[in-house]
Amino acid sequence: MLEIKNLHASIEDKKILNGINLTVKPGEVHAIMGPNGSGKSTLASVLAGREDYEVTEGEVNFIGKDLLDMAAEERAREGLFLAFQYPVEIPGVSNTNFLKTAINEVRKHRGEDPLDAVAFLKLMKEKMKIVNIDQSLMSRSLNEGFSGGEKKRNEIFQMAMLEPKLSILDETDSGLDIDALKIVSNGVNSLKSKDNATIVVTHYQRLLDYIVPDYVHVLYKGRIVKSGTKELALELEEKGYDWIKEEAAV
Amino acid sequence: MNDINLVDLKKGLKEQFDKFQGNINGQGKLAFNEVRKHALQQLEKIQFPTVKDEEWKYTNVQKILKHEFAFDLPSSGKIQEIESYIIPDLDAHRLVFVNGKLSEELSEIGQENGLTVLNIKDAQTQYGELVNEHLSKYAAFEEDAFTALSTAFTAEGAFIKVDKNKIIEKPILIFNFTDSTAANAIAMPRNLVIAEENAQVTVIEDYAAIGDNYGFINSVTEFKVSKNAIVHNYKLQNKSDKNFFIGTTQVHQEGDSHYNNTTITLGGDLVRNNLNILLDGEHCEAFMNGLYLLKDKHHVDNHSMVDHLKPNSYSNELYKGIMDGESKGVFNGKIFVRPDAQKTNAFQENKNILLSDKASIDTKPQLEIWADDVKCSHGATTGALDEEPVFYLRSRGIDEDKAKALLMFAFANDVLERIKSEPFKNHVAKLIGERLKQEI
Repeated sequence: MLEIKNLHASIEDKKILNGINLTVKPGEVHAIMGPNGSGKSTLASVLAGREDYEVTEGEVNFIGKDLLDMAAEERAREGLFLAFQYPVEIPGVSNTNFLKTAINEVRKHRGEDPLDAVAFLKLMKEKMKIVNIDQSLMSRSLNEGFSGGEKKRNEIFQMAMLEPKLSILDETDSGLDIDALKIVSNGVNSLKSKDNATIVVTHYQRLLDYIVPDYVHVLYKGRIVKSGTKELALELEEKGYDWIKEEAAV
Repeated sequence: MNDINLVDLKKGLKEQFDKFQGNINGQGKLAFNEVRKHALQQLEKIQFPTVKDEEWKYTNVQKILKHEFAFDLPSSGKIQEIESYIIPDLDAHRLVFVNGKLSEELSEIGQENGLTVLNIKDAQTQYGELVNEHLSKYAAFEEDAFTALSTAFTAEGAFIKVDKNKIIEKPILIFNFTDSTAANAIAMPRNLVIAEENAQVTVIEDYAAIGDNYGFINSVTEFKVSKNAIVHNYKLQNKSDKNFFIGTTQVHQEGDSHYNNTTITLGGDLVRNNLNILLDGEHCEAFMNGLYLLKDKHHVDNHSMVDHLKPNSYSNELYKGIMDGESKGVFNGKIFVRPDAQKTNAFQENKNILLSDKASIDTKPQLEIWADDVKCSHGATTGALDEEPVFYLRSRGIDEDKAKALLMFAFANDVLERIKSEPFKNHVAKLIGERLKQEI
């Protein structure tokens, strides 16, 4: 589904990613961990198509297509989804209106007819249950005045609505209390299927108790320095990141 | 038509005024004619402003004055084209003026108890005393050349009176057109709105143009908002190339009254909106909302002034603009709080988005406060469209143009939400959608 080969990226001439290699197959959950500044969020941003970053080397193949050649909106329409670490507040654009526009853009891309109001509301009601999100948030401006937990739930709700092939969760656990963490994780788990895949970007192992990864990768200085199974995450939790840094330095 | 007489506004006004005096028949005997003469003298004395005048620093009216205009230019009679501009679905009493002349054909005034809607020319004879009591009593021409010009050449316009305790639900639409099909055309509509005690009314002013020559509207509207009266006033300026507009709205509010103005400007070679409000009573409320969407070489200058004369009143101003191309916006908002006006609440905000490197805005909020127990604030922001929300929307599959249009519409919608007339709001929303080239 996703194949990253020797990916290098920089921002304002500062090199952040220094040769990432990663393969994600349908049905898999990958966790990307690493200390602050290791390039985790940059990787998520580069994959989603944020234009602040310049890819200087390497290639990314997504469902048989050159991902780096696509604009951010094309990537989304092809089924890539980024759950933002800090979802943006957009005053004046209602959650509902935004989602309807987004869904119909994706449908148009797939050659499907746009959803009418009734079908859209039905779908929305159904998906709202997944993350237990309150109806009243739907008519409000997108993320405006939402609590941290509401914003993260709204991200997963959008993911449920858009049914992506590959979801990248960027520090989705940051700032979440345990109840919100459970709701968000349950949402992600219930959306999991043999046809889609998830990349969980996180600093802490805690989230991985709820969203259990098949593979764990440790990012340091813009490279994956260690890969393993979920046990690697536990080891990191116990020992911190210092031993990784030391190993990498050798 | 060979007898079109083009007038140089800098040199030919005296001659034009004499001609005008010869044509007004019985009007010349009315007391108001002395006001006209005085206004012309005053105009000759003060002359049109230049950029050396502080109030006109950013707006050079030479752009208008270098052209010559025909007064009283007959309409080309393109009724259908004019009708196509009329706001759809708006059930309103309607006065339509083409080149300053009332078009009986296009106007439509229903009978309504407690409401008087007339051509001001007729009101001057039918309600002479009342008109004299108010006309030119609020909009001072002594230091304002364009108001002096309007006063000197006052001929036609809307006269609206709402009787004490009457609520008029149907809005009154004053639609002013320049039709420059035959030549450059000037129109000087002069409106007077009197809302008596405890009356309520909505007045919509719409300004537009047809024809390929230059059009210039110099409009003055005076509002008397009596005790406890409520007036909603919406003003739409939807002309662009080769069109000039200078409009002054002068409002006099008595105690416990409410006046709500929303001024929408969608373009123009040179537009100047003056909005002056005198809060001459306690517990008044005044809302000043504005939206300007500019492109190409549009130049739009919004000047507002609210003068708190008495205690316990409230004013709230929100002006927002989006400028593209080489357009230029000007915002100047003055708040005066006089020594007596304790417990005043006055808020002012001006927000701008610049879409191109060549677009610009000069924004100048001014607060002058002589009372010590007041709450006042003002602020101005200007910047490009935020990248972060654009990326967020794109990351959900919405293309860049549509994402930007959604965000700009949301920005503008802040002002639209303050409009209470649904048909008018929908009309403006549609025009904005067309401008943004997106279905919103």
